[in-house]
Amino acid sequence: MTVRKLDSTLVLRLIAGLLIAGALALCGCALKDYPQSTLHPHSDYAESIQRLLETLVFWVVVIFVLVEGVLIWTVVRFRSRPGAPEPKPVHGNTTLEVAWTIAPALILAFVAVPTVLTIFKTQGRPPDGAMPVRVVGHQWWWEFQYPEYNITTASELHVPVGRPVAVSLETADVIHSFWFPAVGGKRDVVPSRVNHMWFTAGSLGEFPGQCAELCGISHANMRAKLIVSKPEDFQAWVAAQQSPPVEPDSTSLAGKGKQVFLEVGCVACHTIQGISPGIIGPNLTHFGSRGSIAGATYLNNDDNLGKWLANPQARKPGATMLNLGLNPDQIAALVAYLQSLK
Amino acid sequence: MATTTAPITAAAHAPAESVGSLWGWITTVDHKRIGALYGVTAFIFFLIGGLEATLMRIQLARPENTFVSPDVFNQLFTMHGTTMIFLAIMPLSASFFNFLIPLMIGARDVAFPRLNAFSYWVFLCGAVFLNLSFFLGGAPDTGWFGYSNLTSSQYSPGHGVDFWAVGLQILGIASLAAGFNFIITIVNMRAPGMKLMRMPVFVWMTLVTSFLIIFAFPVITVALVFLLFDRFTGTNFFAPAMGADPVLWQHLFWLFGHPEVYILILPAMGIVSEVLPTFSRKPLFGYPVVVYSGIFIGFMGWGVWSHHMFSVGLGPIADSFFALTTMLIAIPTGVKIFNWIGTMWGGRLELKTAMLFAIGFISMFIMGGLSGFMHASPPADLQQTDTYFVVAHIHYVLFGGSMLGIFSGLYYWFPKMTGRLMNEGLGKLHFWLTIISMNVTFFPMHFVGLLGMPRRVYTYAPHMGFDTMNLISTVGVFGIAISLLVFIWNFLSSTRSGAVAGPNPWGGATLEWAIASPPPAHNFGTIPTVHGLDPLWAKDGADIARTASLVRGHIHMPPNSVWPAVSALGMSMLLSGMVFGWWVGIPGLVFMLVGFYSWAFEPCH
Repeated sequence: MTVRKLDSTLVLRLIAGLLIAGALALCGCALKDYPQSTLHPHSDYAESIQRLLETLVFWVVVIFVLVEGVLIWTVVRFRSRPGAPEPKPVHGNTTLEVAWTIAPALILAFVAVPTVLTIFKTQGRPPDGAMPVRVVGHQWWWEFQYPEYNITTASELHVPVGRPVAVSLETADVIHSFWFPAVGGKRDVVPSRVNHMWFTAGSLGEFPGQCAELCGISHANMRAKLIVSKPEDFQAWVAAQQSPPVEPDSTSLAGKGKQVFLEVGCVACHTIQGISPGIIGPNLTHFGSRGSIAGATYLNNDDNLGKWLANPQARKPGATMLNLGLNPDQIAALVAYLQSLK
Repeated sequence: MATTTAPITAAAHAPAESVGSLWGWITTVDHKRIGALYGVTAFIFFLIGGLEATLMRIQLARPENTFVSPDVFNQLFTMHGTTMIFLAIMPLSASFFNFLIPLMIGARDVAFPRLNAFSYWVFLCGAVFLNLSFFLGGAPDTGWFGYSNLTSSQYSPGHGVDFWAVGLQILGIASLAAGFNFIITIVNMRAPGMKLMRMPVFVWMTLVTSFLIIFAFPVITVALVFLLFDRFTGTNFFAPAMGADPVLWQHLFWLFGHPEVYILILPAMGIVSEVLPTFSRKPLFGYPVVVYSGIFIGFMGWGVWSHHMFSVGLGPIADSFFALTTMLIAIPTGVKIFNWIGTMWGGRLELKTAMLFAIGFISMFIMGGLSGFMHASPPADLQQTDTYFVVAHIHYVLFGGSMLGIFSGLYYWFPKMTGRLMNEGLGKLHFWLTIISMNVTFFPMHFVGLLGMPRRVYTYAPHMGFDTMNLISTVGVFGIAISLLVFIWNFLSSTRSGAVAGPNPWGGATLEWAIASPPPAHNFGTIPTVHGLDPLWAKDGADIARTASLVRGHIHMPPNSVWPAVSALGMSMLLSGMVFGWWVGIPGLVFMLVGFYSWAFEPCH
């Protein structure tokens, strides 16, 4: 019985997979070119959705082919031709009406049952031992806190492969929607609410995600990256993040940068552990360890960071970070300091 | 009793001072002329909404494009959605209601002709007011759904949201007045013998739609009042800092918003249910089932709103409930489609343009319905919602569904409206261009959405794999634009020089085909007596066609009146004073009061 069940699931998956792949192949593209794809699950949660989607696609394609086929056949077969007889004025047929009411109802059952099962499976409580992560949406960047490790970071969510992650979701301002397609569906962050979801990442790698609920002018630039690493690599990352910030030599460029940081007002919004307490902007304690800046919209390099500091709004429309009117020397020093915070 | 039996022409009976002049159009209370006003106005707004879409598609043609700024882009998609729903599809449907309902039920006008004119003028004022925002500091930019708390004064300090909220309130008044008018007209003014179950399906769908309007619009009215209070007087209906839950807005909005979807699609279903039998030379298959399905869809439309909110996190029980109710709607929708195919089965299909659009409607609506079925399943929806997959879905429903249905109706009733036939060659060109380009535009959106492209983003990174499909969609939009040029050319040239149609060019079965094209101001000289469905195809159909135009004695028609237009302008000015200030509001109040007073005491002879 188990074997038969497996077989039918397999056939279903094959058909659905072929359909999806076929449709994509029509576009002349290979699957690996879509980093944000919802069709390439890399977690248990995303996998459950994918199974359900395959069932849905199967039925949808069957219905589509049947109904459109009958429609086209009817139009071709009964189109007006010279000498065609006058149609019989048929008003209806009760048997047919009953049949084509029951048939879709049956198909619904085939879809509704796995739907409800998947809902309860994916929205249940996270397993014991899950790693708690607190996600806070901001206009227009994501904040990630690890209560277990006392780490706060931004735009890049690091998780170990194979360990369940229990995400709690909040917002600092308006509604956003937290979404890494590789590991599962969206969940909104809503003012005055705390939402929850959990997943267990199944593959190593970096997976892009982005805010999925309109949240203002830079909604398109509210991106993020999920970095799934081996448990030992993750622990190394944790250890590095827990260490105090690097103290630059006061005579170096980075040292001057620290002075600029303290003087021009950065401290009002940004935390650097032991140096400044601001909580409006991203925590910068280990800024230099991040691969991207400005809501994961730009790669983190000296050039991009310098341009960002010179005029944040030009790089990300509406950015709430102030344009402090820094001169090139201050910017160079700040860049050196921030990049030194590995 | 009556002795005069000579048919009287339209021109002879219309108020002499009115025909053709601008004043005549402003003061008209004739449902047919109001229908024309609705149709032309709504089509212009359809073109404006299309222009907004085109600008967005140019911006998205390639990654990191800078054709429009992100600020303008947000205004464009907000106004595109708002325009297409409230200023294009709804009033295009209203245009058909106006023109057809009295003709189809054998009446001389709607129940309240001046209220009907009032509806139109309020609609026009609201539409113009909403679009003025582009020139007065920026259009609304928070999406057509205006989710709280992004719409709060804190996060949307400009006037865009005010224009949106006040504009929708003005438009809501127009819709409510029209909704009541059509319900009362359909319930009270049917020709002798036209029982409910003898009404044409289009009349039925108008009735259901009108009920949806009068129940749904109060919900958004309340929500908008809350929002306006929050923005203008500092109340806290949606302010999380004061303990409010912004999800309240979502519940109110979608409790309106989902019935609104059926307000947009049911009239098109009604149109198709008229067109298919005529060109199949066969009565509608399963008339009562089609009617009951429409009513059932109307009822069920109230029990599914949270399927727009699966990502909010309402919990597994709410998600399951709304998933099941949503899936249930697939049954009556499927049944309708089967009955339409049943209508064509065994018929002798004349593939005129109207028929092609009706078949196109079924075919495209099946696609929209099936993609909708996919995100009726919450786990799947959580990947699909707020992506281009849903953009594809709504455009198969609203363009492939509503608009193709509306075009079908336009080609079908154009001869009744103008007395002339539209050019079939150009019509077929329009049809094929439309079908091909809409699929080029919208079909790739399914995939770009499943591949992870969110909606409402003004830009995307180049390495995401979104480039090619976005470019294809953009190319498709220009195809749609060309198809519309063909249509406009056909419409204008056929209005002037199309072949003369005669009363019943298609051999239709409903009462409007019994009288002259275009119909005289009083529609029916003799109100026909109906003995069943499809009166003109019945045994006494020829009698009805012969006698319907015969004028026996004096026919009293309501005189033209300027007061509906004055009251509408005044009311709209009064409401827009919330944005513009007292110097617009106070004169508006005066206009409105003078308008209503004069309207109330206007002699009707």
